Amino acid sequence: MASMDTGGDDGQKKGPGVKKAKKLNTRVDMTPFVDIGFLLITFFIFTATMSAPTTMDLNMPKDTDKKDEETKVKQSGALNILLGKENSLFYYEGELDPTGANFKSATFKEIRDVIINKKKEVVDKYVSDPACEAEAKAKGKTVDDYCKQKDFFVIIKPTDDAVYKNVVDILDEMTINKVARYALVPPFPTELEAVKLTESAAGMNTAPPAK
Amino acid sequence: MARNQVKKASTDTDMTPFVDVAFLILAFFIMATKFKPAEPVPITTPNSVSSQPLPDNNAVMISIDKDDKVYFSIMSKSDKQKPFDLIVEASKLRNIPLTTEDVNSYRDGDMIGMPFSKLKGFFDLPHDQQLKYKQEGIPVLDSATAELTYWIAAAKQVFAGEQLKILIKGDAVSKYPVFKAVVDALKKNDEQKYNLVTSPEEAPQGTDLYKERLQGKSKEAK
Repeated sequence: MASMDTGGDDGQKKGPGVKKAKKLNTRVDMTPFVDIGFLLITFFIFTATMSAPTTMDLNMPKDTDKKDEETKVKQSGALNILLGKENSLFYYEGELDPTGANFKSATFKEIRDVIINKKKEVVDKYVSDPACEAEAKAKGKTVDDYCKQKDFFVIIKPTDDAVYKNVVDILDEMTINKVARYALVPPFPTELEAVKLTESAAGMNTAPPAK
Repeated sequence: MARNQVKKASTDTDMTPFVDVAFLILAFFIMATKFKPAEPVPITTPNSVSSQPLPDNNAVMISIDKDDKVYFSIMSKSDKQKPFDLIVEASKLRNIPLTTEDVNSYRDGDMIGMPFSKLKGFFDLPHDQQLKYKQEGIPVLDSATAELTYWIAAAKQVFAGEQLKILIKGDAVSKYPVFKAVVDALKKNDEQKYNLVTSPEEAPQGTDLYKERLQGKSKEAK
């Protein structure tokens, strides 16, 4: 027999009065195990970088002196956005009115509607252009991007007071609203003047901060 | 005395399910964790809706911190020699040549933010002190002393024939003129395509992009 009862090896007989040997407890104390487990969890929680950074594409046009290489923008579809100090934003459509009548200020929340409205206005004006649509297909682009908003152009002009976040936010706004054509360009002096005027009219501190 | 005593309730609870859950969470965090590389200067990037992952090979990163200092870092996992070559090349272009021995304390992904004149002294420091050292930033704003163009030119030479990605990582509060100076330095080297490093963000509801992504998802589901 493979296993034998060895209980009676000592010759002791298990009579009715003999006490049985106490059974060993098979339970293991888990507490230190749990302690270590949670210690590791806290460690990993603290070191974890949950959201991996992402990147966004930015293509700048090549600087050129030749007039015919410059991108031409139709006035009717142009939207100029100026980034001022303290997250302020100014915009105007087409060309800047000498009196500044079409120069408006907005916040980053409002600008989305401005862009959407302007885009809609341009797209609504679009009359079917088979040549352009064929070209879009040949280039593998959608008709929406390539033709319908062909005349829509957003010009982003950050002033020296703008911070990097403003620029990224407004570029992001282009992605969000699927604006196909936009450019980052330095503002004209007349525009800077208009920004200054609006800022001082709004009571913003235009004096350079004393250091 | 009563014979049938009430059995004492055991005070120790069964820990097993507790342990199960704990280790499940632990396993999740181990899997999900990607270790943060040590950053000598913390940079808070702005958010954007773009979802491209950040490349970490064959890339150079230009960082702008909150004090508008500019740093340059090289990420070349596949070829460990390239970062040294790049620094040596850049210093040659600047006419303050360094040798590979001078720069071999550079580690992949480290941020360099020193003018070339002080670069040798910086690399002579032990590596752990380099990380703690408060760097001055690469001069960019003044066109007479701007040095970033040399770095980019060197990067283009060393990574010639390979797809070099240029990343710009700016702090949310850094000023626009510095970013513009960086872009100008890139333009001087005929580089028009770059990637801006950002933190992810959801597309706002109701916008065109939101609708497009929604459609894309439902197509994938089919």
